[in-house]
Amino acid sequence: MSDIWEGLVQAFLLVVRLDAELIEITLRSLQVTLTALVVATAIALPLGALLAVRRFRYRRLTIAVLNALMGLPPVVVGLIVYILLSRSGPFGVFGLLFTPTAMIIAQVIIIVPLIASIAHQALRELWAEYHDLLISLNTTKTQRMRAILWDSRRALLTAALAGFGRAIGEVGAIMIVGGNIDHSTRVLTTAIALETGKGDFALALGLGFVLITMAILVNLSIHALGRTETEGRW
Amino acid sequence: MIQVFIGLLAAVTLAATAAADQMRMAVTTSFHNSGLSDILLPAIRDDLGLEVQLLVVGTGQALRLGAAGDVDAILVHSRKAEDAFLAEGHGTHRREIMYNDFVLVGPSEDSAGIGDVASAADALQRIARARQPFVSRGDDSGTHKKELSLWAAAGQDAGSFGSWYRAVGAGMGQALNTASAMHAYTMSDRASWLNFGNRGDLALLYAGDPVLFNQYAYIPVNPDKHGHVKFDLATKLETWLVSDRARTLIDTYRINGETLFVFNATGG
Repeated sequence: MSDIWEGLVQAFLLVVRLDAELIEITLRSLQVTLTALVVATAIALPLGALLAVRRFRYRRLTIAVLNALMGLPPVVVGLIVYILLSRSGPFGVFGLLFTPTAMIIAQVIIIVPLIASIAHQALRELWAEYHDLLISLNTTKTQRMRAILWDSRRALLTAALAGFGRAIGEVGAIMIVGGNIDHSTRVLTTAIALETGKGDFALALGLGFVLITMAILVNLSIHALGRTETEGRW
Repeated sequence: MIQVFIGLLAAVTLAATAAADQMRMAVTTSFHNSGLSDILLPAIRDDLGLEVQLLVVGTGQALRLGAAGDVDAILVHSRKAEDAFLAEGHGTHRREIMYNDFVLVGPSEDSAGIGDVASAADALQRIARARQPFVSRGDDSGTHKKELSLWAAAGQDAGSFGSWYRAVGAGMGQALNTASAMHAYTMSDRASWLNFGNRGDLALLYAGDPVLFNQYAYIPVNPDKHGHVKFDLATKLETWLVSDRARTLIDTYRINGETLFVFNATGG
């Protein structure tokens, strides 16, 4: 138990001292995960809307696979991205391995199924309501997708935040493709793994508390930007 | 998809402009945990203007990174694996830099009684006979390979051990954490042990047998196999690593007053 107290003290000290290294890895964590989140939502939301609006042959199978991929093991994603980006792999010429870009790619792969699945669930329900109206107005597929995407934006925010949560706390994949290089690809989660390995539990826990606090702050600010949970709105 | 592509493109151009004098070196966890890299890397940056990015992995993975051309050089400690790596043409040559030693640690009450034995083989035989819990790295690292060779030298077959032999498949620090929690014996390099913060009931029980010495060698990745590796920078780093400046830094590096590494590069 005393370790947890020491961890809290460490976290407090790190934040109060504005530790330069802490700021660096925290910003990198944010940079990697937020970029991954933007890219992933840009792929996942249209995908979710398409699955809701369009009827095609293997739709049910596609949705089942997408839902199953929500549980993708990050380590496996990391390993596959590693093999693809390795100098001896198909995309080796870009030299992307052990860069923040590689970490972003891995996180995008991990969170796209999650965001798309949650988004699809919300959009499907809205589509059931809007179906007759939008069909009778003789709208195009794109217009229909736009309409339901816009009108379920609050639910989509939840989908995006779930993706953010999964990406920011992820360590298995980014450890493999990023390499945890000091001043280059070290982020909060990989630093926590490193300090645990050194047996410095207090510092590891301290970093963990910083990570949790940061995740809460990001969630709060996104809610503030979206003006959800305020009076008179839903 | 377009966004991904633009993102990729931007990242590639950014990475290309940022790469002045940078090289990547795969090193073993034991080297990094020792803290010596925190002394050497700033000195290298000051002397050569070279930023060495470390990938801290087990020897097995370090060799794979080298073979795939994902790093420019490796610094590892497993003679047999290094020779195989060179034989397959992945590296240009092998340069010995320094050595440290392995120690046997275990619960301080030492129920297997390895504190006063004559050799490392004897100590391991006693642990096996007493069937005391023993944590093995089990991750194909240099330390793991060394441990297996020591069991073999002690006339024991590590593959046939019972449940007291616990292969955790993790780095040195993780293995020490596990040993500390299980009151188990384990083998660690001295550096990781001295820097380890969560000892609990563990104590250093046996050290000093010459078979426990641990030679580190530097191998630049072969530019004939991978045209993009920075062989000139790897050569520059090698010259620095065998210089008198490196000798002084390595030989005078101490934790709690104990010397960790002995510089033994020749022809510097």
